[in-house]
Amino acid sequence: MALLKVTSPHAHGPRSTGGVMQQVILATIPGVAALTYFFGFGILINMLWAIITALACEAAVLKLRKRPIGFYLKDYSAVVTAVLLAIALPPYAPWWLIVLAVAFAILIAKHLYGGMGYNPFNPAMVAYVVMLVSLPVQMTQWAAPISTDVGSFIGPVDALLNSLGLINAIDGHTMATPLDVLKQNNTLMMDQLWQENTQFGLFAGKGWEIANLGFLIGGLYLLWRKIFTWHAPVSMLATLALLTLITYDGGSSNSGGSPLFHLFSGATMLGAFFIVTDPVTSTVSNRGRIVYGVCIGILVYIIRVWGSYPDAIAFAVLLMNFAAPFIDHYTKPTTYGYGKQS
Amino acid sequence: MADTSYKDITILGLWKNNPALVQLLGLCPLLAMTGSVVNAIGMSVATTFVLVTSNIDVSLIRNVVSDAVRLPAFVMIIAAAVTAIQLLMQAFTYDLYTVLGVFLPLITTNCVILGRADAFACKNNVFASAYDGLMMGLGFSIVMFLLGFFRELFGTGTVFADMHLLFGPIAQNWTWEVFKDYPQFLYIILPPGAFIFTGFMIAIKNIIDNHFEEIQKAQKAQEPKEDRRVRITGTIS
Repeated sequence: MALLKVTSPHAHGPRSTGGVMQQVILATIPGVAALTYFFGFGILINMLWAIITALACEAAVLKLRKRPIGFYLKDYSAVVTAVLLAIALPPYAPWWLIVLAVAFAILIAKHLYGGMGYNPFNPAMVAYVVMLVSLPVQMTQWAAPISTDVGSFIGPVDALLNSLGLINAIDGHTMATPLDVLKQNNTLMMDQLWQENTQFGLFAGKGWEIANLGFLIGGLYLLWRKIFTWHAPVSMLATLALLTLITYDGGSSNSGGSPLFHLFSGATMLGAFFIVTDPVTSTVSNRGRIVYGVCIGILVYIIRVWGSYPDAIAFAVLLMNFAAPFIDHYTKPTTYGYGKQS
Repeated sequence: MADTSYKDITILGLWKNNPALVQLLGLCPLLAMTGSVVNAIGMSVATTFVLVTSNIDVSLIRNVVSDAVRLPAFVMIIAAAVTAIQLLMQAFTYDLYTVLGVFLPLITTNCVILGRADAFACKNNVFASAYDGLMMGLGFSIVMFLLGFFRELFGTGTVFADMHLLFGPIAQNWTWEVFKDYPQFLYIILPPGAFIFTGFMIAIKNIIDNHFEEIQKAQKAQEPKEDRRVRITGTIS
């Protein structure tokens, strides 16, 4: 009779890292579908490049580091990084930009820091910021959503040819994003902006509001499946909503847009549910997650309204990744049976 | 230390004790001023000049200055040498002088220079010190040049741009466009690119060192072992 000595914790989660990551990928589907419907097939082509590059880079670097390749490839973390990066990058960026960004994310931001579970910064956001700082021209070319005056639906073949640099599918079909328009105009009234620019939709940007709604649905699904807790995303969104509510005066674009506009513009929902909740780079305790989310919300507002970049999720998340260990230190839950002081 | 041979000084300065890759001293100019080849060359010429002159001077006064005040004395000497090179560059390569800006006077605080003064020049004769300064400067310059070359290449797609700042009008057309239509990759020209490239250079140096070490080990293992005699008489203390 074998008596195994088993120590706590006795309750085992049935979930593996790979299972969690698969759920995350699954949850991006509504948002990606909305983006594809409004902006054409570019995002799917990007995703293809990104996943191929991510798997190749991951396998190569694991071989160099003499780690089991199959084991780490099966945890899908490289695919999640690739998918999130492909969503964040402009849908009609050239293929080399996607490959470069994903390679940077996997090789430098993830594996040079120690690989899965050791990276202090979210690899997708590091790569996004590197590209944004380095290649401002390519990184700010956004296709116009369909149902605007210059928008047209771009099919899979055109998207692929555009990605390879053979045709320019978005020539004449680009537009400033709503956040960009708001940033450039700070003397007009909101109503005027809405009338003069066709990219504004019901309460935020056309296409953008639906895509954000898609990511919100995906995020709620993950929340329901208990992939992450509500603390970080809800506190981030609440902070952003509160700050915009306080400063929004109802009309002038100088005051930075309504709470609904900010919640459903740019990468807000993608950031809140897919980036901020990254278990590796965020804080550990629930109290810490609230502090983390609130700080990201504040930073997003500050950078969007007063900074020089139109969107701010990546910068805010990276800045708070820096601070996550510090927050962890001060929000350590007290051990049962011990007093308040550490 | 006094009987260090010139061959040893050369190997130490250029490879084994390279100021940039092994001692990791003087990182501030190394990282900040290697965005292009011309900046790197300008900076390394200035640094090498200061290294040689300060090493000579420190070596000359090494028996006169007491130990207690040696560091302030060294810093004074280095500051004087830096002022000299600053005035020289202002006179002859004014444009480069404006590009290098604050990093030129900052050579005073470069740890390589004070480090060599304290570790070598104040214990050795003038010629050995001058040679040590030259070799350390060369080791530093080679790394600076390589960093500048690769950062300019991958940052802008060209190399040797603006060389006329240093070499006058003849160098006007030295710009070599390696990649056509290369989109400027700002990240590599900015400081983070310097960190990454320096890291890769250190890694490559370590790989080469390990490789030679293994070869040496393999050679040693192949050599026939000397026959050992077992000592059987006497007492073991």
